[in-house]
Amino acid sequence: MLRLRPFLNVGRLHRGYASVAGPHALVLLEHRAGVIESGSLSALTAAQQLGGQVTGLVVGAPDQVKGVVEKAKKLKGLSTVLHASSEQYAHSIPEVVSPLLEKLLADNTPYTHVVSAHSSDAKSLLPRVAARLDLPAVSDITSLEHDGASNATTFTRPIYAGNAIATVRAPPSVRVKFFTVRSTAFKASAADEGAPAAEDKAVEPVEVSNPPTQHVRTDLTKSDRPDLGSASRVVSGGRALKNAETFKATLEPLADVLGAAIGASRAAVDAGYADNSLQVGQTGKVVAPELYMAIGISGAIQHLAGMKDSKLIVAINKDPEAPIFQVADVGLVADLYEAVPELVEKLKKQA
Amino acid sequence: MRPSAVRLLNILVPVKRTVDYAVKIRVNPDQKGIDLNVKHSMNPFDEIAVEEAVRLRERLKDEVKSIKVVTIGPPKAAETLRTALAIGADSGIHIEVPESAPAPEPLGVAKALRAVIEREKEGVDLVIMGKQAIDDDAGQTGQMLAGLMDWAQATFASKLVVDPKKKEADVTREIDGGLQEIKCRLPLVVTTDLRLIFPPEPRYASLPNIMKAKKKPIQKLTPADLGVELTPILESVKVTEPPKRVGGGKVENVDQLIAKLKEAGITPVKS
Repeated sequence: MLRLRPFLNVGRLHRGYASVAGPHALVLLEHRAGVIESGSLSALTAAQQLGGQVTGLVVGAPDQVKGVVEKAKKLKGLSTVLHASSEQYAHSIPEVVSPLLEKLLADNTPYTHVVSAHSSDAKSLLPRVAARLDLPAVSDITSLEHDGASNATTFTRPIYAGNAIATVRAPPSVRVKFFTVRSTAFKASAADEGAPAAEDKAVEPVEVSNPPTQHVRTDLTKSDRPDLGSASRVVSGGRALKNAETFKATLEPLADVLGAAIGASRAAVDAGYADNSLQVGQTGKVVAPELYMAIGISGAIQHLAGMKDSKLIVAINKDPEAPIFQVADVGLVADLYEAVPELVEKLKKQA
Repeated sequence: MRPSAVRLLNILVPVKRTVDYAVKIRVNPDQKGIDLNVKHSMNPFDEIAVEEAVRLRERLKDEVKSIKVVTIGPPKAAETLRTALAIGADSGIHIEVPESAPAPEPLGVAKALRAVIEREKEGVDLVIMGKQAIDDDAGQTGQMLAGLMDWAQATFASKLVVDPKKKEADVTREIDGGLQEIKCRLPLVVTTDLRLIFPPEPRYASLPNIMKAKKKPIQKLTPADLGVELTPILESVKVTEPPKRVGGGKVENVDQLIAKLKEAGITPVKS
């Protein structure tokens, strides 16, 4: 049964000109271990702000897709969930997934926008698809505005490591507008348990014979901690943490007592104190938690790019001139090897 | 038994001249852009790409036939090519555009690179380029080029092992949450992540290499020569400053720090 949905967030955008259809966004819903990625839920929120219909797309191996589709159908604001299953889709190999998207977005496609999180998989895939369709793409947007009358979409996005904000307009001549979304800029959509579920529709996979790229292995850092990209609190360490053991031994108790994720500066990752997946910065993860504690981090521009939108920034560093103090809301000039254990002990007593 | 002909690698490294990473960025009051009267350098990720190409030659020796670098930019961009030549590339291609031209966008750059590849009589087996330019932070060009060429792609590479005899490469990539290893057939587009060259080396070229670089050929082309249109499709409306973040005060001890946390509603979790 078709789900009847009034257009959301229409306001001044949809004037009902007979010739101009409203936007229809296709949102890539990425998933891992049966769970929809939080970044995709932010992408969904952004897609809804276009002011038209939103269709979700789930791609994966047959045993992955079913469970994810059931969850996706409950998401607020989705009218349809498309899904394509194939063993070829088990790992997000762009050369293998692109033909499916090209087929969905061919000349007579109903979709006007293609949206995803700015994740490593999606940003490897979307530009490839866009180029094959002779279309540009906009990366890592922080806001958008769609003008239904002119069919142009305007975005803001950070440039120069976030030291400037570019406002770019995709004119009506761009028949499908591709964009990836900075997840810290859009609240993750949630399930709407009360509403009727979206309809789901299977799409034939486009099998690629003899793909040029094969997946060999994926090694993900295992952790019981909150995921760095979506945690509300982050404790982050820099070069001053001496070595991997000291990094762990110093920061883990603090992260534990605060229920925080752990992050690291580029210097700490380069020095081997922490895994690359923990790097916060211009080319690492961008985070915007309620609390960001920078421990022994000097505050290079490239690091700030990854955390300066955090709500409360706390810095502990023994150098009073460290640039981090220029953005920290609370700064403590101290030896972190004294301050952090003291902080942990006192916080534990409060708990 | 006669050995089969070994395909020698022709490597292409696109490089971009950008504002130097250490420059303090100032947004112009007219909101049309940033102050560009500042130091420029090769995009750091492209430096990594050039260095990796040179190291591939050190590892594979005669199996690397050529390393060509290409850039799109105003006359000054030739300096960036000379730097790449001094690091060890063999020749350069300068697609010259006027200083006043709007910056090309990734789709346009990818089309220009496709045209360059198609003109190469000996072909191109491997493109190594930065994963993003530190000015626009778009991070799309490599993927777009691979898409246009219908080639394999390996983005955010932190390790690259090429086997010219098998015409394939093993690439380790930095992905969200960890590392991934893939096997790609050549021809291939690789985009570099920070740790592909590790430990990071200071970028300097020896005086003999700089002198040698002056003699290496740079071919000049225009976008028209390549049959490409570089005017961007996406319109730049304005460039503005981000919300200013002003530092708060310093506290004197841990107790005061805890008090500030409490004020902000940050309390410890029950273990």
